[in-house]
Amino acid sequence: MGCGRVGAALAASLDGSGHQVTILDLNAAQFQRLPSTFRGTSMVGNGIDQDTLRRAGIERADAFAAVTQGDNRNLMACQIAKHIFNVPKVVCRVYDPVREEIYHSIGMETVSPTLVISRLLRQAIDPQAVGTAPAAGE
Amino acid sequence: MYVIVVGGGKVGYHLTAALLAEGHEILVLEKERQKCESITEELGSVAMQGDGCEVVTLAKAGTGRADMVIAVTGDDEDNMVVCQVAKLKFNVPRTIARINNPKNETIFKKLGIDEAVSSTQVIMERIQMEMPSHPLMHLLNLRAYGLEIVEVKIPPGARAVGKRLQDLALPPQSMVPLVINRSHGAVVPSPDTVLEAEDEVMAVTRAETEDALRYQFTAP
Repeated sequence: MGCGRVGAALAASLDGSGHQVTILDLNAAQFQRLPSTFRGTSMVGNGIDQDTLRRAGIERADAFAAVTQGDNRNLMACQIAKHIFNVPKVVCRVYDPVREEIYHSIGMETVSPTLVISRLLRQAIDPQAVGTAPAAGE
Repeated sequence: MYVIVVGGGKVGYHLTAALLAEGHEILVLEKERQKCESITEELGSVAMQGDGCEVVTLAKAGTGRADMVIAVTGDDEDNMVVCQVAKLKFNVPRTIARINNPKNETIFKKLGIDEAVSSTQVIMERIQMEMPSHPLMHLLNLRAYGLEIVEVKIPPGARAVGKRLQDLALPPQSMVPLVINRSHGAVVPSPDTVLEAEDEVMAVTRAETEDALRYQFTAP
């Protein structure tokens, strides 16, 4: 869900490894980010709408990833995937490290690009500091 | 009671005014400065500018001592996150969310939000009620008990017309506490109350026997 730079790259990479991929976005123009070799399905629709998810085939999906720009949208879509459709693997991008921590604590699989990138940049600047990552909200 | 209302749109504004009139302590969290200013102008200093999805904003608003958080923005995902954060991070005893997409009711309940009110559903039902041909209206769902209160209007030519209430084979655990008749007004019926066409029957029933109940009153 979400065909931005990250969503398109993720979909292309999964497709390249031979997985069957459906990518959702509200804006059809976003699908131009997909490489011409992409064999998956692209669908215009709102990923927090249960009927849209159903049409996208979520009932037989093995994994669901939400990578739109909106933390709340991602969190809601992932909780629908997990609790309504029982998708076995659900991953969620959450920019806000504080929100990421809260949802991680209730068992969501979350990735905070803010934390990951600040950690990587810190390591690049000061390689000795490996492991001393900034705490959430710092 | 200390109540935090997230979202200062139409619903948030009128809700705040009503709760203030009842004497509660209220704080409205609203992202837009302009909306905040107009709330302050009209209702006093009860608005704070900020994103109610942010933990920092909620902390500043004193969510830790709030008795209730009500999220009434126009976006379901925001209302969901506000209520979950209020519960998980601040242990707020009661959270209420407005739902804009009626399909989201189940997931909100599953996620532990205490009450989910679907504004779209409420408006749709009110309008349906005004339609001349509505067969059965849901007035209230008592989910905890598996019961609902419905209203059925008896169409002219229905088999039930001219029959006594006790002659109908109502489903088990159903009862009729009120019949509204065009000439007699609201009547608490007895088993031998005779039903007339256009009577509006209020009935308590179980969700699974709703259709059987409707059949008894509307079948030709």
